[in-house]
Amino acid sequence: MNDECTRDLILENQEQTATSRLNYSFELQRRDFCKMLGGGLVVFLSAPQVLSQEAGRGPRNTNEDELPQAISAWLHIAQDGTVTVFTGKVEMGQNIRTSLSQLVAEELHVPLGSIQLIMGDTALTPYDMGTFGSRTTPTMGPQLRKVAAAARGKFIDLAAQRWKVERSSLVAEDGKIVDPRSKQSVSYGELTKGQELVKLIADAPALESPAKWKIAGTPVPKVDGRVFVTGGHRYTSDMARPGMLHGKVLRPTAFKVSLKSLESAEAQKTPGATIVHDGNFVGVAAPDLASATKALQLLRAEWNVSRQTSEATLFEDLRKAATGGSESPAEPLYRTGSIEEGLSVANKRLDQTYTVAYIAHVPLEPRAAVGEWKDEKLTVWTGSQRPFGVREELAEAFRMAVENVRVLVPDTGSAYGGKHTGDAALEAARLAKAAGKPVKLVWTREEEFTWAYFRPAGVIDVESGVRDDGTITAWQFDSYNAGQAAIRTPYSVPHQKITFHPADAPLRQGSYRGLAGPANHFAREVHMDELAHLVGMEPLEFRLKNASDPRLRAVLQAAAEKFGWGREKSTATRGFGIAGGTEKGSYVATCVELEIGSSGNVRVARVAEAFECGAVVNPSGLHNQITGAIMMGIGGALFEAIHFDNGRILNPHLADYRVPRFSDMPQIDVEMLDRKDLPPAGAGETPIMALAPAIGNAIFSATGIRLRSLPIVPKGLPGKR
Amino acid sequence: MPLMLWVNGAQHHVAVAADQKLLYVLRDQIGLTGTKYGCGEGQCGACTVLIDGTATRSCLSPVAQAVGKQITTIEGLEQNGQLHRVQEAFLKAEAFQCGYCTSGAILSAVALLNKSPHPTDQQILASLEGNICRCGTYPRILDAVRAAAAVQRG
Repeated sequence: MNDECTRDLILENQEQTATSRLNYSFELQRRDFCKMLGGGLVVFLSAPQVLSQEAGRGPRNTNEDELPQAISAWLHIAQDGTVTVFTGKVEMGQNIRTSLSQLVAEELHVPLGSIQLIMGDTALTPYDMGTFGSRTTPTMGPQLRKVAAAARGKFIDLAAQRWKVERSSLVAEDGKIVDPRSKQSVSYGELTKGQELVKLIADAPALESPAKWKIAGTPVPKVDGRVFVTGGHRYTSDMARPGMLHGKVLRPTAFKVSLKSLESAEAQKTPGATIVHDGNFVGVAAPDLASATKALQLLRAEWNVSRQTSEATLFEDLRKAATGGSESPAEPLYRTGSIEEGLSVANKRLDQTYTVAYIAHVPLEPRAAVGEWKDEKLTVWTGSQRPFGVREELAEAFRMAVENVRVLVPDTGSAYGGKHTGDAALEAARLAKAAGKPVKLVWTREEEFTWAYFRPAGVIDVESGVRDDGTITAWQFDSYNAGQAAIRTPYSVPHQKITFHPADAPLRQGSYRGLAGPANHFAREVHMDELAHLVGMEPLEFRLKNASDPRLRAVLQAAAEKFGWGREKSTATRGFGIAGGTEKGSYVATCVELEIGSSGNVRVARVAEAFECGAVVNPSGLHNQITGAIMMGIGGALFEAIHFDNGRILNPHLADYRVPRFSDMPQIDVEMLDRKDLPPAGAGETPIMALAPAIGNAIFSATGIRLRSLPIVPKGLPGKR
Repeated sequence: MPLMLWVNGAQHHVAVAADQKLLYVLRDQIGLTGTKYGCGEGQCGACTVLIDGTATRSCLSPVAQAVGKQITTIEGLEQNGQLHRVQEAFLKAEAFQCGYCTSGAILSAVALLNKSPHPTDQQILASLEGNICRCGTYPRILDAVRAAAAVQRG
């Protein structure tokens, strides 16, 4: 991992959550570890030096008896040949259980079926900041590849010693070391027999080039797909523990209120129920969900309420609440040249404002947790993207050492950036502590829509200048509250000033698929379309004129070709739009065709998207991520919005908060540009980013109506209703 | 007085209130957790089961209404280790990502194919409109249902 990447990762972690911090701890000594796994070979990879220093602990001189504090990956090969890989990453539908297994199989030269992954368990897996930011493939991927390659090297060494031959004469294939001359072979398991081998590596052995991949790079099916079609997979919300109770939490009537009084005598009479009242937290644990719900309804609470802002003034409020304000403006994140100069050499100028609404992640599995205490130690199963962060939250909340808290993340029913915090984990653990029994808590959909956090709303001002030949000369971008992701323009502009203005936001907000990427892409790519129109240029031609990055040009051209861009002209009822961009090391371009009905209803009829994320690890899984991002993007682009007033969410139900369904599905054509010459980048986020601006631009091309707010047409086209 | 339910061909006696929703009885009393809670409002389809062959939102159905009827959950589709053709088709098309909506989507498709062995795309889309896949795997779900129908035709 290079320094820039590490800095990004740390920055991103800070942006994702204020509560998290780096904390490396390693609880198992080598002896314990081998005891747990039995004999075999264990290979550890030291974390990059810079991360160790970040944690306040410099790298130590380690011998292989004492494990270093900063370990980023390890794997174990047992005597029966089973390979167990340990990673702090979690699976929530993005298919990394499979893609990481492919990478290990590739480097270790073993069949895919011999690999199992232990993921997201704070007691067993190395520390990991979290599964977000499209980081699994570019960071965890290479780490696991390195340990796997090192293990393969170790087996070649062992076989060479055993047969007393040159190691260079041996080959590793299919879980065996083979001597092609003598035709003898020995399995990895056999080589580990009776031994406790530990190999510690700090840096990379040579990795297989993606051009030579045989298992990675292929569309292997999900490694555990069968349990998902039989109902056999146990999500957190499906778990049961001996003696387990069901929990419910009494929610306040509005945000930011405090508990004035609580009357719980009637609720206390519920058989088997435990009522917990601790500060503003009030909850119930009972033998079944029905009695927990009944007890909750019997609680009488009064809350201290105060007037809060409404959605009507949201965008003005965000500007006003921008920290610094006009008195001391925020420092630009990026600046080159001089905006004044860039504007002075322009033939035309444009100054526009774009807005994005609060939206919800709506993971189909709501937040859920099971908390269990035993001998002053706490174990929590929960669907979270940050198991180690949740462990910290729990340790702080219960004033205990992190060593006494274990968090496990069963493969989760999706998250999309929405499951970073440990809310349900804290609640279940608090209830379990009071009840003296394990407690399961599953949030209702209404709780999800109200008490989770949202994708930040934002206001974005863009001021630009362009010459008549289509050259952009100035680009000033001010993003309020939306966030920093993809805030810079990928186009070549000599005079730029890019500023993020954080604000005190009225609603709880946090990460989302691509963070602010969809918002900042919307503002930029709609503005690009406006500039093209201003100088009378065709939108694709205008983008290509200002794009010097060959990867950006490649996706724009590939999407246009896949789509048949320019083949048809827009009409009043049929519009075509294009947009592109880059973030997290991958590139996207999207073309859309829309149908506009007589009542002003807008339907996306066709989408062609080109996506490039370096070498593709699993084309089938990647295809799912891309189509999924397009489908999800349709919601945020066209109709999704959280409405609120005075500290309450006004549409906390799926009946009032529309998400894309089958009837919203367009024809989707995906072009994956597989760049075997580039390292693989993540792919969970960037494919969503160009969709909304492409839709906005298509509406303009059909109707001449320029819409600058997301969602674009929550109630159909204005003036057509 | 316990209620008697027929689930996946087996009898279950459950001591629950008659107005208890079938979803929680299946999940918490009988232990069939393949049927999911997604919204509790009949909007997302994750809780879909078959009652006498009809796709039903178990989060809204009082358990008493299912007494005496044949209830089929996702766990009941596999016969003698053989996946149902719809399950097989979902697996083959990789028509899921996080998998949380998959049970409900499969059961909606099974109900459709039982009634209309040769559905048009329009019929498939209409039958699955009530099943939200937030991961957005809709194109492959459509492909899987088409493929299962083709297998059925033989």
